[in-house]
Amino acid sequence: MNYHWDWLFFFQEADDGLMYYQWVLSGLGWTVAVSLTSLAIALLLGSAFGVLRTTPNRWLIAIGDTYVDVFRNIPLIVQLFLWFFVLPELVPRDIGLWMKQDLPYFVTAVIGLGLFTGARIAEQVKAGINSLSRGQRFAGLALGFTEWQTYRYVRLPMAYRIVLPALTSEAMNVYKNSAVTYSVGILELYFQYKQIIEKTSQVLEITIVITLAYFVVAFATNRLFAWIEQRSRVPGMIAGGQGGK
Amino acid sequence: MRKSLIALTLCLTAAGLAATAQAELTGTLQKIKDSGAITVGHRESSVPFSYLDATQKPVGYAMDLCAKVVAAVKNELKMPNLQVKYQAVTSQNRIPLMQNGTIDLECGSTTNSLARQQQVGFSVAYFITSVRMGVRKDSGIKDIGDLNGKPVVTTTGTTSDGLIKQNEKGKAINVKNLYGKDHADSFLMVESGRAAAFVMDDILIAGLIANAKNPGDFAIVGPSLRDEPYGVMVRKDDAPFKALVDKTLIGLMKSGEAEKLYTQWFLNPIPPRGVNLNFPMSPALKAAFATPTDKGVE
Repeated sequence: MNYHWDWLFFFQEADDGLMYYQWVLSGLGWTVAVSLTSLAIALLLGSAFGVLRTTPNRWLIAIGDTYVDVFRNIPLIVQLFLWFFVLPELVPRDIGLWMKQDLPYFVTAVIGLGLFTGARIAEQVKAGINSLSRGQRFAGLALGFTEWQTYRYVRLPMAYRIVLPALTSEAMNVYKNSAVTYSVGILELYFQYKQIIEKTSQVLEITIVITLAYFVVAFATNRLFAWIEQRSRVPGMIAGGQGGK
Repeated sequence: MRKSLIALTLCLTAAGLAATAQAELTGTLQKIKDSGAITVGHRESSVPFSYLDATQKPVGYAMDLCAKVVAAVKNELKMPNLQVKYQAVTSQNRIPLMQNGTIDLECGSTTNSLARQQQVGFSVAYFITSVRMGVRKDSGIKDIGDLNGKPVVTTTGTTSDGLIKQNEKGKAINVKNLYGKDHADSFLMVESGRAAAFVMDDILIAGLIANAKNPGDFAIVGPSLRDEPYGVMVRKDDAPFKALVDKTLIGLMKSGEAEKLYTQWFLNPIPPRGVNLNFPMSPALKAAFATPTDKGVE
């Protein structure tokens, strides 16, 4: 293969005066910013809706189920397009214009990615709570806790520990899914990847670098969660999975 | 991410294959002769250069030109029954697929640039595109100066975004750069009012306008920010094959056949929907037909 290798192109000046490696770093910065913000939104939403789905109230359950069904069954890229292109046309004209011209694209992207990821986390939080024995709730109520207090002090602390491995996967997925936000104008890593290919045609070098960059952020997240898992382990319980016995 | 991984896998596999294949190949013509087949790379939606029609067959202006090249190859190698294969390519994989021998010539809408000449070779230009602005007529935008402070969209992975500033340093205008995922997306940004102008190859804008709900709402305005030649992509440093491609294309330009093909694809209804692009030959293209050149742009 007569490929013209040139690793030094990363230190060439691009047409905006920055060097190409700086494009990669700026893309990486946006990828991390979008991912962490989306993950924060997703953890909040996922926990709230996950809890709703385990309450005794069937209306609350229906609300939680609807959220999960809607956002888990539509492809991420379609969801982003719905927020980006469709929603501004459905709301009153002035709000639509504001969304199109003044609202930073970052906000649209993290709301879209956050809602998508939140639905998946809601499913996991629900599974974690349901894996606990009913006796834990009864014990809590017998001690005089309110329903909410049984969640706050008894059930959620155990449920989160149980689903931590699944949450780890989700946190790593957010980085990979964030590549889709280039489609709504976020100048993140995948966007810079495409731009740099077009400007330099050094496809292999940039592909290798971008692949490593995604790997590093996802793997760092994996290690961080493994550390949290270790630190939050309850002595005498193996991975919390025995909680139901 | 998924796309980049596929590309990586392809490239790595290809690198392994090419190492074994390279020893016995002295050029594309030899390879075609040995394998008894020629593979033409084509695009799926570069209207009207190279795209799929209603029956998923690749058609277009560049495809017609390449059909003549293939005929010349058959003639040169005295292989009338040469097998012709078609392989769809994208703007991301066309260069690696050319380098690893998957395709023998690429007939699409590839700009002949100096950066790309580091990797591949190009025939003489068969089309000259000008980077201009697509706007809504009711926006009142007529020139680059009117863009000051306005959002301007280009497509991700293209080279148009730097052009406005480069071209208008003197006027000191400042625009907000937006990026669409593909050309349809970028056009939608103009259509829906997110962006004031779409800076892109004029022929691509013309194709999008021709297919819009109300083509009369849009116009292509302003001076050319840059002219870019499209060429047939061949392998780098393969002089005998490039000479054959060039000879064929130059022959078509001199005989007037190329102009006939131009009229067929740019000034008449084309498949699949019978839309007419109404895109007359630019002076730059007329010059390129009169004096063919394979010079690349920066």
